[in-house]
Amino acid sequence: MITPFEVVETIRMIQEENLDIRTITMGISLRDCCDPDTDKACRKIYEKIVNKAEKLVKTGEAIQKEYGIPIINKRISVTPISIIAECGNTDNYTLFAQTMDKAASVVGVNFIGGFSALVHKGFTKGDRALINSVPEALSTTGRVCSSINIGTTKAGINMDAVKEMGTVIKKCAKLTENQNGIACAKLVVFANAPEDNPFMAGAYHGIGEPETVINVGVSGPGAVKSALQKVKGADLGTVAETIKKTAFKITRMGQLVALEASRRLNVPFGIVDLSLAPTPAVGDSVARILEEMGLEVCGTHGTTAALAVLNDAVKKGGTMASSHVGGLSGSFIPVSEDEGMIYAVNNGFLTLDKLEAMTCVCSVGLDMIVVPGNTSAQTISAIIADEAAIGVVNNKTTAVRIIPAPGKKEGDYVEFGGLLGSSPVMKINSASSSRFIDRGGRIPAPLGSLRN
Amino acid sequence: MRAVLTVIGKDRIGIIAAISSILAESNVNILDINQTIMQDIFTMVMLTDISKNKESFEVLSKKLEKKGEEIAMKVTLQHEDIFNSMHRI
Repeated sequence: MITPFEVVETIRMIQEENLDIRTITMGISLRDCCDPDTDKACRKIYEKIVNKAEKLVKTGEAIQKEYGIPIINKRISVTPISIIAECGNTDNYTLFAQTMDKAASVVGVNFIGGFSALVHKGFTKGDRALINSVPEALSTTGRVCSSINIGTTKAGINMDAVKEMGTVIKKCAKLTENQNGIACAKLVVFANAPEDNPFMAGAYHGIGEPETVINVGVSGPGAVKSALQKVKGADLGTVAETIKKTAFKITRMGQLVALEASRRLNVPFGIVDLSLAPTPAVGDSVARILEEMGLEVCGTHGTTAALAVLNDAVKKGGTMASSHVGGLSGSFIPVSEDEGMIYAVNNGFLTLDKLEAMTCVCSVGLDMIVVPGNTSAQTISAIIADEAAIGVVNNKTTAVRIIPAPGKKEGDYVEFGGLLGSSPVMKINSASSSRFIDRGGRIPAPLGSLRN
Repeated sequence: MRAVLTVIGKDRIGIIAAISSILAESNVNILDINQTIMQDIFTMVMLTDISKNKESFEVLSKKLEKKGEEIAMKVTLQHEDIFNSMHRI
């Protein structure tokens, strides 16, 4: 029998250290929903989502009760809408987003991802229409998330798209200026976007995915921090080993929930995403893990090295715990969603430049960064270009989710509420990058991509 | 189906009686009991067979939680697989 010590350890991880399943995300292919008539296409999309995901929320809740593990979010990802809407008779895809929103609300999920386009090498007609529709789509819906992939290691970086996205992000902010530009929090610009990521706002159902699939994202920064508190002063090899063991346990739980959800919904199991995802709650912070490793405040010298240890150990521990690992699988560092990061920015220890360096060794990128409202579109594009370069050259996923908060200046404080949290407005470099961004074109794929 | 019942709190008279009477009412068999004092806190772990349980998992779980509140203990009922998957390869 399981020993009382083990039982209590599990219960403590859940009840005191905020261990949870962050999301069960159902991927749904919409490839059979294309129709030249937009209304018909939208009807097909609505019916398919509602039909496939009908039992998702109820099943998630039942698993939560039986296993006693909180499952925070139930979500849906769909095929990039640029592909589905392309054969239609309209250039405005807002109606597609509104259809997704309605379907999401009917089945009770809080976010639906896939208002997306993959333009790393260039645009199709549908890609252009989708990107142009993003500001209106995100400002007239509550649950829809959008992602645009503008670069891959194989294709290089589409700098025309990078330029375009700076403008799109500014428009998103403008259209939701009375809510601090919240539409931008639902828009991610990716390089090397994964097709099976269960986390929002970047989830979409990739074109290589099956008809439907269950992907699960685990969490548990609190459990990792607590495990590290027991090895105070030990060398970094011991630290890595401790993180690995904790990540293993966390991921085993994710695997169990994923298989159970897959069985009950009769939908194939895709992957478990090993990411450590923080929330604004105290005790659920990635920054605090880095501080437990010995940094006075997250963002000081040594932060990148500490994050590298954490990210690598999480992967090593998690890989063995799950039969299929995928998605982003690493450590998230979303500023506004992490209590420790917010503290570090507020007190001047964590800067945008340091965050950029940290994205070289963690799973995603500049995530939930709030910058002054008067930041130019070109500067935002340049921030995206920097991040994309890190991803493309280093063969990893990077992303930018940035909010130029309307009317706010450096040092102001912005509140988004819920899981999106709150954040101080960060300082950006005031020198212009516009002549670089205005060049456009494509940055060639790096030498490292020539592996055949 | 087997489930693990955990009772955590300050030691007092009648904990096992209170919990096991509910289990008997619901037709749940106790397979194993282990109790210990962990860091000054009373901890009881019971392995139960709930396959002949009269009500649903949820109803039983709520009844136990409520009884736990009455005797100032934290009572949790969980499918045993969560512990097996976390602690056994």
